[in-house]
Parts: sequence; C-alpha cells; structure tokens
Amino acid sequence: MTLDDVLVRLQGDILTPGVKTSPLLSSVFASDLMSDVLAFAHSGTLLLTGLANIHVVRTATLADIAAVVFVQGKRPADDIIAEALKNDLPLASTPLPMFEACTRMGALLNGK
Amino acid sequence: MTGEKVFRTEFSVKGREFSRAGDVSCRIKNLLKDIGIDAGTVRRLAIASFEAEMNVIMYARQAVISLAVSPDKVSIVIDDEGPGIPDIALAMKEGFSTATREMRELGFGAGMGLPNIRKNSDVFHLTSEPGRGTRLEITVRLDGSRP
Repeated sequence: MTLDDVLVRLQGDILTPGVKTSPLLSSVFASDLMSDVLAFAHSGTLLLTGLANIHVVRTATLADIAAVVFVQGKRPADDIIAEALKNDLPLASTPLPMFEACTRMGALLNGK
Repeated sequence: MTGEKVFRTEFSVKGREFSRAGDVSCRIKNLLKDIGIDAGTVRRLAIASFEAEMNVIMYARQAVISLAVSPDKVSIVIDDEGPGIPDIALAMKEGFSTATREMRELGFGAGMGLPNIRKNSDVFHLTSEPGRGTRLEITVRLDGSRP
C-alpha cells in the first residue's frame, strides 16, 4: 500500500507537502509509547500515534519509520513539522480515533 | 596494535534537555550513513544510541558520547555523571522502570531502553557506580558476525 492509499482510507491530510514518500509501506504499528516503537516497530513501517511531540519525529527518524499518521485530528506544532520536513519524514493527520484508524488499516492490509 | 584506521568523535549531552533529545543520535546516524555503513546496521546503532541518549537526558546530569568506527566494528561509549544504577540486573529487566510520570507522558520510560540497547548490540557492557555515574559500552560488528 502507498501513503496515498492510507490517506484515502483514513480521510487523512498530509502535513508535510513535498516530502517524498516511500513507494510502499510494508506494515503498520500503532502506539503512543515511543519506547515500544524503538523496541518493536520494523523499518519501513507506518506509525499511527496519538502523541504529537518532537520525540515522535526523532523516534521515527532514527527508527526508519516510513511515515507517521496522527490520530484524533491531532496536529503537531509548526516547529515539529519543520523538523519532519528537514528529515524527509512524511506526517499526516486523520480525524479518526485510534481504534477506528487501526481497523481501517487492518482492512486495507488485508485487501478489503 | 593492529594499525587499522579508526574514526573517532565525541558529543556531549546534558540531562533534562528534553527538547534536544535525539540530536546526538541523529548526528551519529547521519555520520554512519555517510561513511557507507548498511542501513540495517545504521538503524541498530541509531536505536541503541537514542535509547542511551534518552537515559542520559532522563536520569543523568551530563554525559560524553564517544563514537569509534573502524573497518570491522562501530563502538559507542556513553559515560555519564549521574545517580548511577544500584541494581544493574534489575535495571536490565524488561518493564522495570524508575521513570517519572513526566517522562512517560513524553512516550518514554517504559523500562525497555536497556534491554533494547542490548538487543541492538553485539557487545554490551554496562558498569555503574551509584552516586557517581554509569558507563555503557556497545559495539556492533560490521562483518555480520556475532561473538
């Protein structure tokens, strides 16, 4: 699946226009705990999170996360978006709550 | 003495500077990428370095992070001045944490840091003197072998 597929499915908006996205996202990881992202998420994964601080961008950058989608309509501050732009990390926001976003991603991954 | 070339550099990290957390690890990651080390190995080192940097920021007063790259391995040493770790075996248990609520609200302090550093290293050596500080030495081999 591509980030465009994800954005359509999650009714999401891109927050980092112009950042080149990975052609294919291999998996999804959902967590507000960056410790868990560092310990368990795979390289190239899509991260769904309700946390919108600078540590999400740093964690995603260091752990080779392909893109981050903030749930529940959250949107990080402009300086955090600037940091993502600097690191070529695509950020997006969806109005959906975490559970709904996860169920839709599960359906998308299963080709439904 | 093997006479092999080693690239060395050092960084300093201050405790409690949460807004700068990850700065040093991002620089280390970019350096390793520029040297031409493969992406999977760079990722392991970046994650280990970031976990260690977060530990310094959360718990210590300050630290020096030393990076040494030789043709067959990358070593990172984190030498901090801080409270130290009274019981290293306990600190190594997944889920054990002394993190404050503030640290957890930032998304860290789940008790996964040290075990995750060990998981991403080929050599892991942790020593501590309570009341003085902690020294963590990690090495990742570049030839794909594990000791």
